[in-house]
Amino acid sequence: MNISTIVDLTSGKEITNFDSSEIKIDFAMASDLMSDVLTLDTENTMLITGLANIQTIRTAEMSDVHCIVIARNKRSTPEMIELANESGIVIIESQHAMYKLSGVLYNKGIKEIY
Amino acid sequence: MVTLDYKVEGGDFTNAGYASSEVKKVLKKLNVDPKTTRRVVVSLYEAEVNVVAHAYRGEILVEINIDKIVIKLVDEGPGIQSVDDAMQEGFSTATPEVRQMGFGAGMGLPNIAKNTDKFNIDSEVGVGTTLEMITYLNNNK
Repeated sequence: MNISTIVDLTSGKEITNFDSSEIKIDFAMASDLMSDVLTLDTENTMLITGLANIQTIRTAEMSDVHCIVIARNKRSTPEMIELANESGIVIIESQHAMYKLSGVLYNKGIKEIY
Repeated sequence: MVTLDYKVEGGDFTNAGYASSEVKKVLKKLNVDPKTTRRVVVSLYEAEVNVVAHAYRGEILVEINIDKIVIKLVDEGPGIQSVDDAMQEGFSTATPEVRQMGFGAGMGLPNIAKNTDKFNIDSEVGVGTTLEMITYLNNNK
């Protein structure tokens, strides 16, 4: 699934500003626990989270997560956006809760990891 | 051989992960395969966050050889009371601040052990902790 489809399905807003058209997502994990995210070893993975801080982006960077959907209207800081742009990680902000985001994306074919 | 050296400040969550990020860039430049790179930087990041979360200050020394990557983290801090306990999944002494950052679930050291080929931890209470992590390249174990 490409990023623009994820933006549509999540009623979200892509707030990073690099060209994300080449990124494809097959898997998702929903978690606020970065320690859990660091156990991933899948490709083409996105993270759905309610945790909006700089370590969310660092964790994605180390785990090769290329897209983060931040749930429930939490806002990214300028430092988060800058680091995400540098690291080629898309940030999408959505008004929906993690439960709904997970359901919508799962229903459209994004697969679970565990 | 490439050597890298970084300083880490205890409590500095803004910059936690900077060294791991720099090491990732170097490994990418050296064409280390992505799966190995991920194992190395995930274990390093876990260890770097541990220094920020628990120690007063620390140093990260990275040696990238043709056959292996050796990373040593030496910190000054309270040390670990029981390494056996710390190695158990779910055991944690993290503060609420650390948990707010998404860590402190007691998964760090077990995840480091999982992502390294050799892993040694040496800690003295009241002095500090030294962690050595070795990852072999090209399955050259």
